[in-house]
Amino acid sequence: MTETIYDVIIVGAGPAGLTAGIYTSRAKLQTLILNEGTVGGQLVLTHEIANYPGVGSMSGYQLATTMKNQAQSFGCEIKANVNVTGYDFTANPKKVEINSKEAFYGKTIILAPGGLPRMLNIPGENEFKGKGVSYCATCDGDFFTGKEIIVVGGGNSALEEAVSLTKYASKVTIVHQFDHFQAFPHAILEARSNPKIQLIMESELREISGNESVNQVRIENLTSCKIIEAKTDGVFIFIGYIANTKGVEGHITLNKNSEILTDNDMHTNVPGVFAAGDCIAKRYRQVTTAVSDGTIAALNAIEFIRIQQNVN
Amino acid sequence: MLQTNLKHILTADEHKKFIAENENVMICCGRMGPMCIPVYGIMEDLEGTYKNVSFADMEFDHPESHVIRLAPECKGFMGLPFTVYYKNGKLVKATTSIQSMDQITNILDAQFGKLSENGK
Repeated sequence: MTETIYDVIIVGAGPAGLTAGIYTSRAKLQTLILNEGTVGGQLVLTHEIANYPGVGSMSGYQLATTMKNQAQSFGCEIKANVNVTGYDFTANPKKVEINSKEAFYGKTIILAPGGLPRMLNIPGENEFKGKGVSYCATCDGDFFTGKEIIVVGGGNSALEEAVSLTKYASKVTIVHQFDHFQAFPHAILEARSNPKIQLIMESELREISGNESVNQVRIENLTSCKIIEAKTDGVFIFIGYIANTKGVEGHITLNKNSEILTDNDMHTNVPGVFAAGDCIAKRYRQVTTAVSDGTIAALNAIEFIRIQQNVN
Repeated sequence: MLQTNLKHILTADEHKKFIAENENVMICCGRMGPMCIPVYGIMEDLEGTYKNVSFADMEFDHPESHVIRLAPECKGFMGLPFTVYYKNGKLVKATTSIQSMDQITNILDAQFGKLSENGK
């Protein structure tokens, strides 16, 4: 059986990966995108995108679907919902293995696996997911109409979602580990001035418990180490994202936060391997910045292949 | 109607007919939201391989979806989507909130038999 050697294999089908796919397939390079989840990445987790230039306002799902269709229209192959189980960047072509059984080879690789929601990793979190524990206020907020809930986190998402949850809940308690919030001033002001919102600062959740659904949490004050038990009907968790780079550890250089280190042209430390989007070390993580990263990575991958062809 | 490529079940009668006429059934009852879309995507991908299973969706906010929303097996569920599995018309498994490909295939294999056992 003849194995196809792709010009470009892109790992990840969020805005960065899809943009890279649009550019490389439009440049007539044989391109394959491998994606661990649904096409669109975190973009599909966003109900409304209002700051993506040129499209007005649309859902993240619609924008992701448009990007996917655009990439496929240029001939880009996409395999979604696969498990990426291995890499070999030492040989040429480079190898990406999926589902521990199928291997794909590429002259260049663009890593764009995005980010994953950070979990609390405390007892009860997994057990009560969908039974009082939620990561999406717009999805699950109406299940908590007239109920008392806890929101964990202190960034923009946590405070904005806490305010939005007051449409449903009778009381929202924000639990945050620091003595100050990291959110923008307007989000802090809005949360602090909402009469339904109560704040518990310098504290962390230690356990979520219940019967059929959540009915109690244990909260530790980090300065006094005192633990209190509080009745609640739900826990919404918004504590940020981590780079989804578990599989590439040891293959390329990461920083202490497990983010991929790149230069301004999205080169990693391995020639022919590029990275783009939320997985790389950078300050701002937006759809627009992911699209920019994907463009730069693709253009440099195209140039890398051209140079290699001239050398050979 | 949900914007998916799955079969859409629109009424309680259609739901009743669908689970009666198909031995193995998976139905995802949700909205076009962040926790639901990934599950629809996984189901669309699995349709080609799990030919022994009939896949469909149902809109959570449609009044006729009470057949899933109010199922005893979904009591206590507070996260979308509600995903239900039927064997010979009987509800055999229900999950709440987003599920991964592995979680879904594990349920399909456990409830309906592994693909190899089905000769697929």
